[in-house]
Amino acid sequence: MPDTQALVNDFLNKLKKRKIEGSQATAKQTAELLRSVISQTRMPYTNQAAALIHSVKAVGERLIAANPVELAVGNVVRRVLHIIREEDLSLTTAAMAGLNLSAESDDEDDTDRDNHPALSAAAIAAASRSTLRPPSLQTLLEDVPDSAAVPHTSSSGGDSEGKSKSADKSSRSRKLKHDVIEAVNELIQDISTCHELIAEQAVEHIHQKEVILTLGSSRTVLEFLCAAKEKKRSFRVFVAEGAPRYQGHLLAKELVTRGLQTTLITDSAVFAMISRVNMVIVGAHAVMANGGVIAPVGLNMVALAAQKHAVPFVVLAGSHKLCPLYPHHPEVLLNELRSPSELLDFGEFSDCLDFGSGIGAPLLHVVNPTFDYVPPKLVSLFITDTGGHNPSYMYRLIADYYSADDLVLERRTASGN
Amino acid sequence: MDARRMSRAVPRVRQVGFFTPNTPVQQPRPQSAAPSSESPPLSDSPASNSLSPVMIPPPRHLSDNLGGRTAAVPVPGRENSGELPTVGSYNPSESVLWLDSPPRSRIGDEELSEGAESSLGWYRRSNSAKFASSLPSGGFNLSTVKHPESVAAVEAKNPLPGKSEAQKEQASSSKPLKAKTTKAERRALQESQRAAKAASKAEANKSGTAGGAPSSKPMKQPPLKKDGPPVASSIAASERIGVDRSVEKERKKDLPPPRKQFDDESRGGRAKRRSVLNQPEARNRVELFRHLPPHKNGTQLPYLQSKFFELHEKHPAVYKVGLQYLAGDLSGGNARCIAMLQAFQEAIRDYSTPPEKTLTRDLTSKIGGFVSFLIECRPLSMSMGNAIRFLKSRIARLPLTLSESEAKTTLCSDIDRFINEKIVLADKVILRHAATKIRDGDVLLTYGSSCVVEMILLYAHELGKQFRVVVVDSHPMLEGQKLLRRLVVKGLSCIYTQLNAISYVMHEVTRVFLGASSIFSNGTVYSMVGTASVAMVAHAFRVPVLVCCEAYKFHERVQLDSICFNELGDPDAISKVPGRVDVNFLDNLTDKQKENLELLNLKYDATPSDYISVIVTDYGMIPPTSVPVIVREYRKEYLLI
Repeated sequence: MPDTQALVNDFLNKLKKRKIEGSQATAKQTAELLRSVISQTRMPYTNQAAALIHSVKAVGERLIAANPVELAVGNVVRRVLHIIREEDLSLTTAAMAGLNLSAESDDEDDTDRDNHPALSAAAIAAASRSTLRPPSLQTLLEDVPDSAAVPHTSSSGGDSEGKSKSADKSSRSRKLKHDVIEAVNELIQDISTCHELIAEQAVEHIHQKEVILTLGSSRTVLEFLCAAKEKKRSFRVFVAEGAPRYQGHLLAKELVTRGLQTTLITDSAVFAMISRVNMVIVGAHAVMANGGVIAPVGLNMVALAAQKHAVPFVVLAGSHKLCPLYPHHPEVLLNELRSPSELLDFGEFSDCLDFGSGIGAPLLHVVNPTFDYVPPKLVSLFITDTGGHNPSYMYRLIADYYSADDLVLERRTASGN
Repeated sequence: MDARRMSRAVPRVRQVGFFTPNTPVQQPRPQSAAPSSESPPLSDSPASNSLSPVMIPPPRHLSDNLGGRTAAVPVPGRENSGELPTVGSYNPSESVLWLDSPPRSRIGDEELSEGAESSLGWYRRSNSAKFASSLPSGGFNLSTVKHPESVAAVEAKNPLPGKSEAQKEQASSSKPLKAKTTKAERRALQESQRAAKAASKAEANKSGTAGGAPSSKPMKQPPLKKDGPPVASSIAASERIGVDRSVEKERKKDLPPPRKQFDDESRGGRAKRRSVLNQPEARNRVELFRHLPPHKNGTQLPYLQSKFFELHEKHPAVYKVGLQYLAGDLSGGNARCIAMLQAFQEAIRDYSTPPEKTLTRDLTSKIGGFVSFLIECRPLSMSMGNAIRFLKSRIARLPLTLSESEAKTTLCSDIDRFINEKIVLADKVILRHAATKIRDGDVLLTYGSSCVVEMILLYAHELGKQFRVVVVDSHPMLEGQKLLRRLVVKGLSCIYTQLNAISYVMHEVTRVFLGASSIFSNGTVYSMVGTASVAMVAHAFRVPVLVCCEAYKFHERVQLDSICFNELGDPDAISKVPGRVDVNFLDNLTDKQKENLELLNLKYDATPSDYISVIVTDYGMIPPTSVPVIVREYRKEYLLI
């Protein structure tokens, strides 16, 4: 336990000091940290899932509190919790199926799991997700006890425990932990390969001689464009520089290195150029459940311009960026103000910035937000590693990744304190 | 400017053509005068009323001679076709003329009749024969002796009244034609002088040209000038000019000449040969903008300075302004315009008319030379174009009776008045208007650095209004920092941010004040790049957008996008961010990388009129839809200033 504590504290510090940049890196490190937390958790004989959930939540809350704007952390924590619940459920149902095969065999899903006992529940869940199982009454019914049971985790754990008492306890406990770690590994794998999965779809969206506009820098966008380029599509990219971080310069450099025809434009020229653009492709910081996007600053302007000229606005987002929360006043609450030094030279304006100008309040404020909120109506398409989706569909997609009980982690923090 | 001067010449020529016969034979004139009084009943088209009396009357009178005017109208064409073989090359053109434009046929008839009238002994036989052949029957065969020139005069008149008639119906389209006529006329004048000795030659020339197309007619006009434009007639003409010119000029301006395109082969080549500066190589030029001249940066300054003594025909004041444009020391529409006008003023003061030249003509060409030099340093803004147009019109309208020094002082005071009324006073009026739209507690947003907006903010602050200002800025100009500095020093409470954060700050903004470089007559606001984005976001957040712009910057062009017409800035300015050493991603590119990378630094963009709530101008606060009205009214006004 102590070494995990050190790891957690280290990561917390990094988050607080904004040492980790990019949601992918954050997500990956969070998942790795949680994996070690899980592996270090001592498993009680009873109610193992609840214990795991409890320890993950305890760490997760702290991580989220460290940087609430870095939504990828919360996403991964919720994903891991969801994995634990699913593994637990699958083990339980497997055990129950083993107990009374005849009684439960009419349950199609159960028989399915019986047939592939070696597969982890997460894999099955992923498989079922990818086939987009129709929301039949059966699946609805199946989901209900799961979500209904968890609010009182201890009791549900007790139930499952009671039911599965007949199963071999020691083997099961080891199996649960093992399965969960296996599934978290898969999650980490998913996060690191989401670029490729998204980039694979590039050819379906980019045609010959297309003109694409993007703002700032995103690795997903870079891979996406390069994948299309590798497929012998020739197209032109306008890169808006993305002040005040000017990441667009970086992206432009990467793109020209890979042989793409690139034009670097200022952010102010976006409106002028968008009438000659066929598609806007951008990365995102996070995708909210309503289909809104928390994106690098400036993208709302680009999205409005794209809407004005009826240019498709496409957002690329790995599944770790899908956030199950509905945003409220996201421009302010899910935003972060960076240093004014990026905009103004302190030396030149120091006399105006400080409070010593006599009246008490400074005459000059510098606003340097990091993110923009793009409302769902401005987004034409999301491309995630599971394919393209409408903004209106995001809530449903998100429901596949998270269980409803984990959506509000903060409240538990409040009650815990 | 050539065209403008020509336009003056045109009426005189017309007049002369008319009156040529009057010296030898006095009869036709009284006659023509008499019918002119009858003419109203005769003229079936209401349009003819507005024609200048000089053009119309003769035909009337002739038509009287002819008898049934109406009958004559369709006839020529028909007759022509019948008589074609006998007529030879001359007729076809006539028939073309008549046949292709129905409204003209009447005019043609009129002219012919006039020709017939004057034919009383002035036309040469050969010509008359040709002429008559195209006529119905009338007394044209009577015309026995004619000078080729006078025929030509009649012919020359032919296009003009026709055009003036057409103008009434569609004034705009007629203008280029007229301009062409006058230019051709000038050219033809020289030609005819050469050819004057041999009348037969002239004839041949005429017939040759006539065979071509109606437009070739003007070629024949010059002869009548040579024929001796009597002094009296020229005076009469000048009277008429006073009335006519403004109308004509106005018509002329109805259709602005097409912009010169940089990628135009014929013109581009010439521009390069003439250019003072080295043209930057075409490397890294964005394909979409090849029609725009590349940015010339300050590194050419030493080169230009070294050529200072070679370019002695440039006035030092103009030269200085040009260098300031080039170095970027002078920016802002008003500042540039005022600097240019003052430089011209100085140049005019030091100007002396060279021997054997007229002040108006020589000075206009001088100014033209200055302007093209300034254009080389930096493309003109619309406002400067308007100011130059004003100055040239003033020069062109200088009374011939003025002495050189008088003319110079008039021009200088005209320039002063323009600066004062159109810029200084206009700004004062604008800030009065705009200040009424600022209330206590407002949060005003402005973009970049517009001097009018700055004055408005300071004025409102002086009035004691309590408000905050959001200064939005953008790379690479970062002009907002200078504005911010000036505002903060004056004690205004400011918020500074970058364009990208506009959606973030727009929540609390209550008014957006924007400056403009120009406003086009379709309501499009042509302004510093990024203005369109600001206006768009404000529109999306339901925040009113006020564009503050002096009316002299309005322009009758229309534009829909920011690409067809724009100005390119220094592309290398993009890769560097002042004060940010960490942004150096583009510093060390390999050649291969550079090959694929284009840097685009646009200077302006076009804001669609639907984003604009109101335009605050010296004529008051108007919706963008009223811009064409102002443009039209204003143009009239500044000609009269």
